Amino acid sequence: MTPPGPVGDRFRRFRERLAAEGGDRPPVSDDRPSTASGSTEAGGRTGRRGGRRGGGEELRVPEAEFTSYYGRPVLKGPVWKWDIAAYLFTGGLAAGSSLLAAGGQLTGRPALRRAGRVTALAAVSASAVFLIRDLGRPARFHHMLRVAKPTSPMSMGTWILTAYGPAAGVAAIAEAAGLLPRHGLLGLAGRALPPIGHAAGLLAAGTAPALATYTGVLLADTAVPSWHEAYPELPVIFAGSALASGAGVGLLAAPPAQAGPARRMAVAGAALELYGAHRVETRLGLLSEPYRLGRPGRLLRAGRLLTAGGVAGALLGRRSRVVGALSGTALLAASVLTRFGIFYGGVASARDPRYTVVPQRERVEARRAGMDLPADRAVPPAV
Amino acid sequence: MLPDPNSLYGPLDPAPDAGYENAPPRMGFFTDTSVCIGCKACEVACKEWNGVPESGLDLLGMSYDNTGALTANSWRHVAFIEQPRPAGHGAAPADVLGAPVDADAARPVDGGPQFLGMPGAQPPGRGTGVEERTDFRWLMMSDVCKHCTHAACLDVCPTGSLFRTEFGTVVVQEDICNGCGYCISACPYGVIDQRKDDGRAWKCTLCYDRLGAGMTPACAQACPTESIQYGPLDELRERAAARVATLHERGVPEARLYGHDPNDGVGGDGAFFLLLDEPEVYGLPPDPVVTTRDLPKMWKRAGLAALAMAAATVAAFVGGSS
Amino acid sequence: MAEAHPVGFQWVMEAKRKGAKVFHVDPRFTRTSAVADEYVPIRAGTDIALLGGVVRYILDNELDFREYVLAYTNAATIVSEEFSDTEDGDGFFSGFDPETGTYVQDSWQYEGHEGSSGSGHTAQERDSAAGLTHESHGAPVGGQTRRDETLQHPRCVYQILKRHFSRYTPEMVERVCGISQAQFLELARAWTANSGRNRTGMLIYSVGWTQHSVGVQYIRTGAIIQLLLGNMGRPGGGVMALRGHASIQGSTDIPTLFNLLPGYLPMPHHAEHPSFDEWVDSIRHPGQKGFWGNARSFAASLLKAYWGDAATPENDFCYGYLPRLTGDHGTYQQVLNMIDGKIKGYFLLGQNPAVGSAHGRAQRLGMANLDWLVVRDLFMIESATFWQNGPEVTTGEIVPEECRTEVFFLPAASHVEKEGTFTQTQRLLQWREKAVEPPGDARSELWFFYHLGHKLREKLADSPLPRDRALLDLTWDYPTHGPHAEPSAEAVLREINGYDVATGRPLSGFAEARADGSTAIGCWIYSGVYADGVNQAARRRSRHEQDWVAAEWGWAWPANRRILYNRASADPDGNPWSERKRYVWWDAEKSEWTGYDVPDFEKTKPPSYRPPAGASGPEGIAGDDPFVMQGDGKGWLYAPSGVLDGPLPTHYEPVESPVRNPLYGQQANPTRKMYAHPVNSVNPSPPQEHAQVFPYVFTVSRLTEHHTAGAMSRTVSPLAELQPEMFVEVSPALAGEVGLTHLGWAHLVSGRAVIEAKVLVTDRLTPLRVDGRIIHQVWLPYHFGFEGLVTGDSANDLFGISLDPNVLIQESKVGTCDVRPGRRPIGPALLELVADYQRRAGIVPGQHAPAVTTDDEGKEHGAS
Ligand SMILES: Nc1nc2c(c(=O)[nH]1)N[C@H]1C(S)=C(S)[C@@H](COP(=O)(O)OP(=O)(O)OC[C@H]3O[C@@H](n4cnc5c(=O)[nH]c(N)nc54)[C@H](O)[C@@H]3O)O[C@H]1N2
Ligand SMILES: Nc1nc2c(c(=O)[nH]1)N[C@H]1C(S)=C(S)[C@@H](COP(=O)(O)OP(=O)(O)OC[C@H]3O[C@@H](n4cnc5c(=O)[nH]c(N)nc54)[C@H](O)[C@@H]3O)O[C@H]1N2
Ligand code: SF4
Ligand code: SF4
Ligand code: SF4
Ligand code: SF4
Ligand code: SF4
Ligand SMILES: [Mo]
Repeated sequence: MTPPGPVGDRFRRFRERLAAEGGDRPPVSDDRPSTASGSTEAGGRTGRRGGRRGGGEELRVPEAEFTSYYGRPVLKGPVWKWDIAAYLFTGGLAAGSSLLAAGGQLTGRPALRRAGRVTALAAVSASAVFLIRDLGRPARFHHMLRVAKPTSPMSMGTWILTAYGPAAGVAAIAEAAGLLPRHGLLGLAGRALPPIGHAAGLLAAGTAPALATYTGVLLADTAVPSWHEAYPELPVIFAGSALASGAGVGLLAAPPAQAGPARRMAVAGAALELYGAHRVETRLGLLSEPYRLGRPGRLLRAGRLLTAGGVAGALLGRRSRVVGALSGTALLAASVLTRFGIFYGGVASARDPRYTVVPQRERVEARRAGMDLPADRAVPPAV
Repeated sequence: MLPDPNSLYGPLDPAPDAGYENAPPRMGFFTDTSVCIGCKACEVACKEWNGVPESGLDLLGMSYDNTGALTANSWRHVAFIEQPRPAGHGAAPADVLGAPVDADAARPVDGGPQFLGMPGAQPPGRGTGVEERTDFRWLMMSDVCKHCTHAACLDVCPTGSLFRTEFGTVVVQEDICNGCGYCISACPYGVIDQRKDDGRAWKCTLCYDRLGAGMTPACAQACPTESIQYGPLDELRERAAARVATLHERGVPEARLYGHDPNDGVGGDGAFFLLLDEPEVYGLPPDPVVTTRDLPKMWKRAGLAALAMAAATVAAFVGGSS
Repeated sequence: MAEAHPVGFQWVMEAKRKGAKVFHVDPRFTRTSAVADEYVPIRAGTDIALLGGVVRYILDNELDFREYVLAYTNAATIVSEEFSDTEDGDGFFSGFDPETGTYVQDSWQYEGHEGSSGSGHTAQERDSAAGLTHESHGAPVGGQTRRDETLQHPRCVYQILKRHFSRYTPEMVERVCGISQAQFLELARAWTANSGRNRTGMLIYSVGWTQHSVGVQYIRTGAIIQLLLGNMGRPGGGVMALRGHASIQGSTDIPTLFNLLPGYLPMPHHAEHPSFDEWVDSIRHPGQKGFWGNARSFAASLLKAYWGDAATPENDFCYGYLPRLTGDHGTYQQVLNMIDGKIKGYFLLGQNPAVGSAHGRAQRLGMANLDWLVVRDLFMIESATFWQNGPEVTTGEIVPEECRTEVFFLPAASHVEKEGTFTQTQRLLQWREKAVEPPGDARSELWFFYHLGHKLREKLADSPLPRDRALLDLTWDYPTHGPHAEPSAEAVLREINGYDVATGRPLSGFAEARADGSTAIGCWIYSGVYADGVNQAARRRSRHEQDWVAAEWGWAWPANRRILYNRASADPDGNPWSERKRYVWWDAEKSEWTGYDVPDFEKTKPPSYRPPAGASGPEGIAGDDPFVMQGDGKGWLYAPSGVLDGPLPTHYEPVESPVRNPLYGQQANPTRKMYAHPVNSVNPSPPQEHAQVFPYVFTVSRLTEHHTAGAMSRTVSPLAELQPEMFVEVSPALAGEVGLTHLGWAHLVSGRAVIEAKVLVTDRLTPLRVDGRIIHQVWLPYHFGFEGLVTGDSANDLFGISLDPNVLIQESKVGTCDVRPGRRPIGPALLELVADYQRRAGIVPGQHAPAVTTDDEGKEHGAS
């Protein structure tokens, strides 16, 4: 995005931040997987890094493996604002809720069904609002429907939503059948609705997993380093998070007697979510760092705690409606936090050029080493 | 659905792949930074021709770069990098640009572009002894959209606003773009950008209107030193290779091409460069890869996750008693 | 060059591509340095020492192109016994008159010509910048000169040159300029190696060389080198001034200068030139050789063009109507006169002195003391709003409500909104079509003056006063067109070209000029631009459709000649010096000069021609004398007259310098033009006391992104945003010394003003070791002012007024100042700060160091 206001301010802030952060910034190499190339060039420089850092008056980033143009980002940070993070949550919530509702519907747990369907409609409506709000030209939302592009997860997502949304809506509306008078036209509708609702509920549930997981691809199919490199995990995390949030709805809405599946969903969701989150926080080397540091780190840690708490509550407080409700709330909150954590982790990785340059530089070095080329960087090898 | 096996990744001629029959040869830029004099005529010409709005009146302190980056309001951006070089007149063998020929010495301990105000500028009072006067390199480079063979921006655009022209270039249609912002996160070069008060995404069009009329793009036309060369990509690649060879002969071993290689991560750039230092020094990614290279794998992972989700739900409902 | 002439610089890049080696000598590392092979940092104001070093290198190593030097320059000519050099006079040539601070040039003459110098005392010439007239007209050198073709005579120019530059050794270059000996030698070697029979070198300079108190001598030194190396009059050689504004060359040819008339005819002086004959004789010097012998025809034709039928041989072609000089009417004198209330009204067209001229405060105070001021400009510039928004308003020096000046702002049409010619540095006229209509009330200069003239004549129509005849008798009858009655620019060009009065036939060249009133010519050197009734300046034949000289692109004066003095491209016998550098040569078969260009020689005068004794005018020029405008037909290594500050260039320190002249007791140019005025002052330099109050050298120049005083760039957003703020470039060492931070503020103080700027700490500025001391130089752009999209303090406020004696150009490239961290004070505190510095530096406004340096100067601040 065009930087808000003059670019100069941002640059100055950047410099100030550097000055303030001084030496406690983690050295770049901390998480670097030791690739073949790390040794030669890097070795030499690591040596030099030594005593310089924290020297105070020297306004210089800890000497790193890379140089960058005035420390400016190489990439444009995502222009998506918080509402996309919120959408990640509401989309997942809708999906989880629809699955919950379908399960309730098929296994005769009306409380789960009703709560699931209603939440799904609310969540998918919120999703639409968030999505449209975030557009630079909201009035042109419908341009999304001009094309269907498999290479564009957003296009695919749009069509998934287009399929899912009306189904979820109809399913939710069908819940109103009970409120209608028995006779007359409305009575007729009241009688027709439940079967339509059932069909719609199943359709919604059928598309729900796609709705919950395509967002992983949505984020991963970008140049944002910590999103892209996390492409194997993001759908897993989002699937888990969606399940957990759906389970949360179940725990909140259903009496303990009907809540068993929700508890099991919570466990499964939490497991997927925690596993995925753990992977992105550790597997990606330098690119895991944004998920551990700063705000994203705090969000993800809090999310993990709440998830664990929510699952524990769900399992241990089987008989208590209150504990169940608390657990449900915790799971929902955890899902929110995880989505925001993942979202902002990626944003942070795009803003700091280290995350763009260092891994790429390593790739180049590795390739060069692999090809037994001289370390002379002026002769870049082909891929 | 994907006609060419290389449609997502690998060497490709993009216009025919996009369905053009009898497409003209692919057109592009070769920007030779070794002859750039940093006059910014390209920036100004681009703004004048394309009616690009002002991008802010602020002194950045980044040498003579007060544009800062490629943005929605700057489709050409001239980077300025000040690099101190150990001097000792006549002592070190220097190349044409005053840079020591010795590759190691070319990266002085305290040198290289840094996060400092002025790259290379020592903290006040340090470094530059009067006795050993310092020599410099002052690198200048006019950056622009790369018009990638595999353009992530185009791949991910959900509205079809971004499209491939018959010249193989990548252009945004301002009447279609709804400002979803996806292209912006997708571009591995940080090129395309959202205009704040407008909401839409903007970038270099490679002067599509001029190309159509058989004209040279405004920036290339304005460039006084032929640093920006426009033409059929094949021809430019040959010219560039010859230029690098000449520079190597003349003792500029650090000259190298960037973005010229159809085998690179984006299938080669429609706008490629001759650089005199590492790409990242100029703010370019050292090894960009089009994100959609991994898209099939991503969809697969998403599919698995979706299945897992469905399975977990089924299990949750059938696997228990209460 | 890359900064200010990026388009021309493409050819340097082209040459570099082909393997040329590029040196860049400059106080700061610029965009030119960035692509040069070698950057040579130099202390501002010391190039004569550097170039003098090159002259010495050439002479010592006998690297001159001896055949050329012997035949075509005055190297062999013997100079008067009375002449004594600066080397013997500790910085003074013979003939200095301390009373006026100028030279009597008699002793500088060639042997036997002492009495006939014709220039004699130069005090008045300095006032009217009349040295220039000799520079372009060839000085009076009558009859034969004594020569020693062996170059052994101790008083021959060659030997004088050798002695004069003998102390300009590499060590001295290092000491004065701060250039290492190794780098100097590399430069000297490259330059000399690329000149001679087979190769030529070109010297390109611009205002980094001219805006000095010794500016003309900078160029002279360059010219000496070019003559020694045989680089004049040959393809790829020459001394080229990269001009500034698009037609600044045109504005000296058809001048906007107070001391010249079109075609370099001098403006008559009221006392020296009371009659037409005396005026004409002062130009042609009866009996003198060379082409100025025809001056009478040019002068008569000019007056005929002005006054048409009213101009007759009987009334000396209305010579009486011509205004006369009474002294210095230069722009700086005028501004001081405005301050003193001597000038009441002022037309300001296409200039922005409130920002662009030295001593901005004086400029603004002067304009604030007029009755009326007419500003014609594209934009509302500082020079139109100073009374309202200028810095003096904040300090209380100008009170808008009380400012007496009534400002009339008239919008002007820009160059794309009107037709006409531009004349560029190669003397090439190029016709320009109108691209768009001017907006609103904007009108061309032509329109303005034409209609102003008509209005004035209407008002004066019934005037009985003889003085009004000059206006009423003017020919003022250009055809007009369009709704605004725009005069035809082509008709003006036609008049400039000249025509036969009887038939109206356009002349084909100045050879047709007559002294009897039968021809009228607006500018004799341009004669031929409308030959055959065709606008030759509008020719646009592609270079691919003609030979490399491209004679059919535009039209060059004189006579469409692309290289002046091109007879020198052939050897004395008329054969090309080398095949590679073949340009103009003698075709023995046809008995005429021929070649790629129009020969700058009488077409059929053979190389063997020797003038009969006593011949004058063109007949006096021998067949192997290529410099046909010179009285002796030779290129002048030594200038017996014409240059007011000496026949040879000599290193003097800038008027403000922290360094004691290492070469001579005389510190600065003793003949520089000084103005003792309460508003003006000069910072002390050694050996004066208190020089250390202003310890730093500042130098001022251009940025690619902005244009001159900034009206045409600071008001245009795509340009303004590229350099959006006033800044000062300092070296890291100086930043450490003074406590400046990158992007922080600094303010700079001189004896005239204090200005503030953002700081760029950059290694592109290099501290220099000069004469054992470390000299810090800071650099400022001069483009900023208080109007426009981006604003800032004006660098020119820092300067005082000190001028080169020859052409009255201001020393605006170098001065001394103090640099302090933080922002400057505002309001009255600002004046106090300057006053405090003045006190500490012992500056008494209106007084400055005497022209002649004395070592007890410190004690008495002599006025002058
Ligand atoms: N972009 C741009 N182009 C312009 C103009 C503009 O304002 N902007 N102005 C036009 C005009 S009016 C003119 S006259 C020309 C002027 O063109 P230039 O003369 O090229 O312009 P400057 O930048 O003023 O000065 C040139 C260099 O001289 C250096 N210098 C200063 N003092 C000395 C010295 O003592 N010795 C040496 N060797 N170098 C010195 C300065 O550091 C500077 O880099 O440019 C024209 N072109
Ligand atoms: N310290 C320092 N001072 C310098 C210099 C330096 O190097 N150092 N350089 C000097 C030099 S070389 C120069 S040339 C001067 C320049 O100084 P100025 O000539 O005072 O400055 P410009 O900004 O070029 O002013 C030209 C004005 O003409 C207007 N204009 C443009 N076209 C037209 C037209 O067709 N008609 C009319 N009526 N107006 C028009 C423009 O808007 C602009 O305001 O500055 C000098 N001052
Ligand atoms: S550089 Fe970026 S914006 Fe340009 S074509 Fe490639 S991906 Fe698209
Ligand atoms: S912002 Fe516009 S151009 Fe970019 S992806 Fe979205 S619709 Fe396409
Ligand atoms: S090709 Fe056209 S749009 Fe692209 S940078 Fe150049 S001038 Fe601007
Ligand atoms: S690319 Fe050309 S136009 Fe652009 S700054 Fe460099 S030299 Fe000037
Ligand atoms: S502004 Fe005009 S004259 Fe100056 S360099 Fe550019 S094209 Fe040439
Ligand atoms: Mo100028």
